[in-house]
Amino acid sequence: MTQVAANHPVLDPVFAATFPKAALPVLRNPQLRKNVAHAIDVIQAKRAKLVAEKTDWQELRSAASAIRAHAIENLGAYLEEFEIRCTAAGGIVHWAADAAQARQIILDILRQENANDVIKIKTMTSAEIQLNPFLLAAGVNVFETDLAEIILQLGEEEPSHIVVPALHINRSQVREIFSRRMGLKDLSDDPQALTAAARTYLRQKFLTIPTAISGANFLIAETGGVAVVESEGNGRMCLTLPRTMITLAGIEKVLPRFKDLEVMLQVLARSATGERMNPYNSLWTGVTPGDGPQNFHVVLLDNGRSSILSKPTERQTLKCIRCAACMNSCPVYRQTGGHAYGSVYPGPIGAILTPQLMQMHHAQSLPFASSLCGACYEVCPVKINIPEVLLELRSQVVNQERKDLARFFDPMYLGLRIANLLFARAWLLHSAQFLGRIGISFFTRKDGWIHSLPSVGGKWTQTRDLRGFPKQTFHEWWAARGPATDPALSKEAT
Amino acid sequence: MRVSLFITCYNDTLFPETGRAVVSLLEKLGVQLDFHPKQTCCGQMHANSGFRGEAFSQAKRLVHLYRDTETIVVPSSSCVAMIRDQYPGLIDELGNDSLRKEFAALLPRIFELSEFLIDRLGVEDVGAYFPHRVTYHASCHGVRVLHLGDRPYRLLAKVRGLDLATLPNVDRCCGFGGTFSVKNAEVSSAMLAVKLQDVVSTGAEYCTALDNSCLMHLGGAMHRQYAGMKTIHLAEILASTQASPAEATL
Repeated sequence: MTQVAANHPVLDPVFAATFPKAALPVLRNPQLRKNVAHAIDVIQAKRAKLVAEKTDWQELRSAASAIRAHAIENLGAYLEEFEIRCTAAGGIVHWAADAAQARQIILDILRQENANDVIKIKTMTSAEIQLNPFLLAAGVNVFETDLAEIILQLGEEEPSHIVVPALHINRSQVREIFSRRMGLKDLSDDPQALTAAARTYLRQKFLTIPTAISGANFLIAETGGVAVVESEGNGRMCLTLPRTMITLAGIEKVLPRFKDLEVMLQVLARSATGERMNPYNSLWTGVTPGDGPQNFHVVLLDNGRSSILSKPTERQTLKCIRCAACMNSCPVYRQTGGHAYGSVYPGPIGAILTPQLMQMHHAQSLPFASSLCGACYEVCPVKINIPEVLLELRSQVVNQERKDLARFFDPMYLGLRIANLLFARAWLLHSAQFLGRIGISFFTRKDGWIHSLPSVGGKWTQTRDLRGFPKQTFHEWWAARGPATDPALSKEAT
Repeated sequence: MRVSLFITCYNDTLFPETGRAVVSLLEKLGVQLDFHPKQTCCGQMHANSGFRGEAFSQAKRLVHLYRDTETIVVPSSSCVAMIRDQYPGLIDELGNDSLRKEFAALLPRIFELSEFLIDRLGVEDVGAYFPHRVTYHASCHGVRVLHLGDRPYRLLAKVRGLDLATLPNVDRCCGFGGTFSVKNAEVSSAMLAVKLQDVVSTGAEYCTALDNSCLMHLGGAMHRQYAGMKTIHLAEILASTQASPAEATL
């Protein structure tokens, strides 16, 4: 049992280890690192090619950003409009303040329908509210239908990416999982054989289970419609065959007008999977007699989103359309994959979204899980300035931690406080440089380099040397050198 | 032309040879130089570590210190990025009107070294001689905040004897990230390992950049691993001549 638990990352931010700790086992796992780097390099290259062919890409980004910003600024009004239109079209809209409420609403609907089995389209929001374990505990069998989600469910794995949740698993590992769980002894790792196995497994579910749960890529206020984009068509099966459909959507997913999809679908497909258009774009509005599900519920989930909305710098987080371009471009994610983030939302967007969804009570190590290189902001199709939000959240974490007396002598905090004193007065900085040069000389080897330092410095020297301090600082040199060496310049200078 | 140098805290303390190279390079180009002895830090370390208040007080100090200077040149792309990208937000939030005005007047007068050479002086050929194979690491803030583009390459192209090697994945971070390198030391090291592989694969003798912080990171790993390469700030290459070659090569 302990073995299973150890291999099973905790994607609940309340219980997850800090990012630096959770990253350690991944950094030592060659298979995982190769799988992650290979997968995101492939998606990145496809994205770059398709973005380059769009001469108006920056204009598209600006348009997408403006649409999302407008929707978020007027979220209340658009959500009400959505509710009115969706209800008029025969849908039933539920409002859930938090994860527990959303789970209960969904369970109540399932009970009402006497549903013991349910099929699911890939939805990260359902992972956010930990819906599957809750339903299983309540006696409802949950069957994922997205290929990646099937792999994770059968392999008892956790998602490590929001678009390609099983990206950390390669095909020979998929073969192992399918062969073991589907009882297919002679299954090969040929992609066609693997998808055929999944297809056989799925067809029977589609044809026998009349209740489905989906997420939503977009909610359209103007029409009360819901949009789901996917690559496999399994989602479309879930959207058309069942009798009852329950859609779980974060409140930020709303778009004002139907025509906004023109922009959003262009940037989403290119950013997410490096495709000109998603293979399956499903749009439906309420209920149509004789066509598709006859009972349609939408559960609108807040779960911390309103609190994000109330903060001016952080609000832009809600513009996110979950394309994952930020994680695909992130040099940190490239090394660690998703599990180290301890959240269903990994990568740069997870580093800002997760602590905020936790109202800054958990996941405080995530805003620091970035080198601030800015690659995420550069590729974000809705121009979320992720580094800016990371810095804002870092300052909130520091403000929390500073109140903690135990932090007073934390070397990092102490060092930064002392540095601040020094930077305020040049003479103090210069004295500190003088003393520092003497102090550091005890750690400097004959080759002029420092190979090992104590405390925080040891974090540096565990993998890197540091050149010893030079004999003379620049300002000492400047003061000593006198007038400029070129007589013409020194004359002018006087 | 009169220029005041902001040499930055870590160049002053750890890499004075970069400052000296900037002096010899700019004086050779006929620029009159000042150095304000009271300068310390731009506040980047505090800002990026979440110490906003402290970062603001350093920002305020820097703006006051340089308010009367004509042109400021900084041989560090991330410090210029700090001033351009983060000062506006800090000063908006924590400053008053007079500071906002002083900053707005100062901002257009601050140049990163390669910007100053190409945009302000209009020179690409500074008469440098550096007979070595060199690869250029485009530091993140130079690429994504300052948009330095091909400026460093144009300068390198005119250096006599220099054999420029293309760095694969040039826009990928080296993993330094300031306090990130110790707060997330293991992840940072993993990023560094990947970067170093690319750098070493070029077969260059020197890796150069416009930011000594990335170079300190890369150079630290090169030294630890006996990689047979060194780092050198671009200013030192540009200041290098046949008569006085760069210190790093001695």
